[in-house]
Amino acid sequence: MVRDSRVEQEYPDVGWASLVWRRFRKHRLALLGGTVIVLLYLTAIFAPLVAPYSPFDLNPARRLEAPSVAHPMGLDEVGRDVLSRVIFGTRISLTIGFVAAGISLVVGVCLGALAGYIGGLVDGIIMRVVDVLMAIPTFLLIIAIVAAVGPNMLNVMMVIGLTYWSSYARITRGAVLSLRAQEFVEAARAIGGNNAQIIVRHILPNCLAPVMVLATLNVAGAILIETTLSFLGFGVQPPTPSWGAILTTGRVYMRRAPHIALFPGLAITITVLAFNLLGDGLRDALDPKLKV
Amino acid sequence: MSMGAYIAKRVLVSVLLCLGVSMLVFLIVHMAPGDPVMMIAGLDTPPEVVAAIRREWGFDQPVYVQYLRWLQRALRMDFGVSLASRERVSYMILSRLPNTVKLNLVSYALTLAIALPVGIYSALRQYTFFDHVGTVLTLLGLSMPGFWLGLMLIILFALNLGWLPVFGMGTWQHYILPSIALGVSQAAGIMRMTRSAMLEVLNQDYVRTARSKGLAERVVIYKHVLKNASIPIVTMMGFRFAYILSGSFIVEHIFAWPGVGRLAINSLYSRDYFVVQGVVLLTAGMVVTANLAVDVVYCWLDPRIRYD
Repeated sequence: MVRDSRVEQEYPDVGWASLVWRRFRKHRLALLGGTVIVLLYLTAIFAPLVAPYSPFDLNPARRLEAPSVAHPMGLDEVGRDVLSRVIFGTRISLTIGFVAAGISLVVGVCLGALAGYIGGLVDGIIMRVVDVLMAIPTFLLIIAIVAAVGPNMLNVMMVIGLTYWSSYARITRGAVLSLRAQEFVEAARAIGGNNAQIIVRHILPNCLAPVMVLATLNVAGAILIETTLSFLGFGVQPPTPSWGAILTTGRVYMRRAPHIALFPGLAITITVLAFNLLGDGLRDALDPKLKV
Repeated sequence: MSMGAYIAKRVLVSVLLCLGVSMLVFLIVHMAPGDPVMMIAGLDTPPEVVAAIRREWGFDQPVYVQYLRWLQRALRMDFGVSLASRERVSYMILSRLPNTVKLNLVSYALTLAIALPVGIYSALRQYTFFDHVGTVLTLLGLSMPGFWLGLMLIILFALNLGWLPVFGMGTWQHYILPSIALGVSQAAGIMRMTRSAMLEVLNQDYVRTARSKGLAERVVIYKHVLKNASIPIVTMMGFRFAYILSGSFIVEHIFAWPGVGRLAINSLYSRDYFVVQGVVLLTAGMVVTANLAVDVVYCWLDPRIRYD
């Protein structure tokens, strides 16, 4: 690991990981964000235990009923419990956010590393694709592609993931370019390491900090896009409970039952906020000078 | 490289970018399920008529020929005819474009009017109560989905309080809610950037020098800090301008704003692919132009960048 010289001045006798942890711990808001994320994942995993009712049980007689003690978030247009649907919606959003960000990360880091390490024509082609992806309003592009390939969970994850890798590619390429010429890489080559080994063992670990920060913020972005897609009807299809789809109903009944629109939106805001806080804290702890 | 040559190079790169985007857009629509010829002709058309339409529209040609033909027409702003309404796509877009531009300009002006002063003031009063409140609001603004904010604004100010119209376009009051829904996340982004850009400059040695030589604080801020901090801020403003154009789709959808965004979403619902194609291409063109404009403004703001 390349160490930040300022860090070593701050705490001369401990390892890099514990330094990062110390700085991260001081960041109260980031800890809060991290805690919220852990709770959200627990909610997603144990949704059937946490939810007071089934998210699919209909109760048409009590449709659009306002929040009460038995149903803290009220009932929807066919009398399903909104709280239970929001709890189950956690699964969709967190899965899509996580997997989409993961796809972006893998694709972006691999292509960025190739571009930086091989250079020449490969670099030229990859970076021109990055330019195109950065130049266009990706959101409209995403809806257009999802509408074309068919709206379902897998496609949504793939399309979001394959659209947002450009920042990873840029960061990794930049890091590889600056690291490629350094002595420790030359030394690795001198003792007979091949290209793949050098990239994986020596160069990539040094791009880890910015990539982790980017990935955290990327999950937040992917969740926002997924909920927007579902809201428009191009995401996960009903009756699967997803936050965006509950909001679609909420828009239809916003005069008679504003509670349907209120709560899933709050859930989205809290989730995205938690990832943003964690990302900010990670950036400050890993590398305060980072600009992502 | 002179400034002229630099700008010429940037223009060339932008044109190439637009070409890349056009290929991407063409391929996406090509990927879409369903035979466009059947959509044009209708399902119970006799096969020989279908074949004739296929020939006439050029759908029997290889993909690259189709692309080149389409590009040739697109360059003359001819994006074909809507499958649903049989109107010319270029006319449909251009007649709605002014509405989108108006909404975006109002929202953008509002964004800048709030974000720049608040961002600058937060940086000048770092770690005060004002700064902390600003930071929290910024994070909230960045995390809130714009469409949900739009719904909440409608529920509160239009449906319950009855102060403002629910949707549509007409009086100046129609602009208020959609501009806010559109502007909040933009404002948050610009505020954050402005604050950090200002802070970075405020810690520079030349600012300390300017202060220690006895310049009035106002002069230090206006002449030294603001001017140097403006470079990243202008970049951000350019980027955000690009985002605002694509972000207004969903807000237009919610507020039934008669603009390009609503047209695009309705066309997606009705699988009116030629309209979608036209909108994506035109929006991308506008974004590329906005980025080009940022680069040119750069040259003017910072002479150091001119010769790279």
